Amino acid sequence: MGYIVELRNIGMIYHSLNGEINALENINLSVEEGEFVSIVGPSGCGKSTLLSLISGLLKPTFGSVLINGKEVNGTSNEVGYMLQKDHLFDWRTIYENVILGLEITGILNSRTKEKVLKLLDTYGLYEFKDKYPGQLSGGMRQRAALIRTLATDPKILLLDEAFSALDYQTRLAVNEDIYSIIKKENKTAILVTHDIAESISMADRVVVLTKRPGTIKNIHEIKLTCQKRTPLCSREAPEFRHYFNQIWKELDVHV
Amino acid sequence: MFKINQKKVNDKQAMLQDISPEHREFLRKVRLRKTIILFTQLLILVLFFVTWEVAGDLKLIDSFITSQPSRMVKTLINLYNEGTLFYHIGITCLETVIGFTIGTVFGVIISIILWWSSFLAKVIEPYLVVLNSLPKIALGPVFIVWIGAGPASIIVMALTVSLVVTILEVLNGFLSVDQEKIKLVKTFGANKFQILTKVVLPASFPTMISSLKINVGLSWVGVIVGEFLVSKGGLGYLIVYGGQVFQLDLVMASVLVLAVAAALMYQGVVYLEKLLVRDNSQK
Repeated sequence: MGYIVELRNIGMIYHSLNGEINALENINLSVEEGEFVSIVGPSGCGKSTLLSLISGLLKPTFGSVLINGKEVNGTSNEVGYMLQKDHLFDWRTIYENVILGLEITGILNSRTKEKVLKLLDTYGLYEFKDKYPGQLSGGMRQRAALIRTLATDPKILLLDEAFSALDYQTRLAVNEDIYSIIKKENKTAILVTHDIAESISMADRVVVLTKRPGTIKNIHEIKLTCQKRTPLCSREAPEFRHYFNQIWKELDVHV
Repeated sequence: MFKINQKKVNDKQAMLQDISPEHREFLRKVRLRKTIILFTQLLILVLFFVTWEVAGDLKLIDSFITSQPSRMVKTLINLYNEGTLFYHIGITCLETVIGFTIGTVFGVIISIILWWSSFLAKVIEPYLVVLNSLPKIALGPVFIVWIGAGPASIIVMALTVSLVVTILEVLNGFLSVDQEKIKLVKTFGANKFQILTKVVLPASFPTMISSLKINVGLSWVGVIVGEFLVSKGGLGYLIVYGGQVFQLDLVMASVLVLAVAAALMYQGVVYLEKLLVRDNSQK
């Protein structure tokens, strides 16, 4: 079957006055529909760059990015991007925040509005729709940010350290929350994180990148014995520790 | 609406009942302190004017040169009876309001243009810096020659004083908008105009309002100087005229009125800010 996301021989070079930075080199990766892939790597290895390339915000220096077999050329509705912080706008209510993407892409109509209200209802934010972001908890804000991303109905979700601004307890809960929403909406997801445990707990596959220039060091198929796969349950699986140690070794962290 | 108010009242009552004696004591102390501060402030004001008045009566100071509160009040009453008091106040206030409104609006428009074209912004930067450090009042005679000795010159004076500061301030606000927020709308495919209207302008709204606050003060400077130079009416005119005919009562009275008017206008803008900028940011 065809892959929903394909990276072919991706290379990325940044130019600055101090010279050029070789951020990514020779990246080949294919993601199946409905799959959850995590990307881990040392800081500055070009993880986030990879997401920017898939979203079409950046163009690769070498190689090509294909989505559903078509080469990416600029941003599209196929891909939804979640950033590190929720970045809900203080001057908009939750509802107004959630429809931001629809406004910008010009597909705000009664049908999409209804869909957004339904999403808010399904994920317990309906009664908060007229509140401002400052009145919501961190977890609820993150959920609102996810609904904002889902509103434009992307097939693929890119999560760029999407949980790292939260405190640890909230983060575990939000992991669980977002994971179940992604699975329920049947989306393909690519998560970039520096948190090894988080990457294993959520993903079907974990991609380990090397230091700059980032290349793929290894790809782990995550197979855990869980009754029902959820991030928290994954953390309790007996194999979890084994994956953790292996990825930790591969990351080769020296202080 | 009524329901909500009623609920608020109930909440308040419930809160008062829940309050512990320690907390009540704390609140009492806070209120007491506030009252003492207000009282002291008023006391200073009253003492200042009473001392001035008494010193004049006792010939400790020459009230021909320093004037005297009672003489200032008399002057104001005379002006009022002549029917010119509110005419002069009105002219000056109007010129100031027009000056800072136009200054702010133009400042914001120019800032938007400079935000849009970073090339233009870079090119124009040194000129802005020089214009910013130039005392704009030096341009007064130029405006009089170009525009004529009338209210138009005064308004241009006022707006010139505030324009450059507004541009620098607001442009800086635009440029310091969180890049991640811009990235967010870019991921939805936003074009430059959408970035401006959906993120940059609303995010910089508080900056624009605060520059309005600065502009009020600056416009007063511009207007008064303008009136010194050209006018036939307004508080600046009264001050200059009073100085020329050695009527310090008129000068002092006008300064007093000016102080009150300027303070009121500033409070007006602060109130406007409260209305327009909702504080939803809970860090």
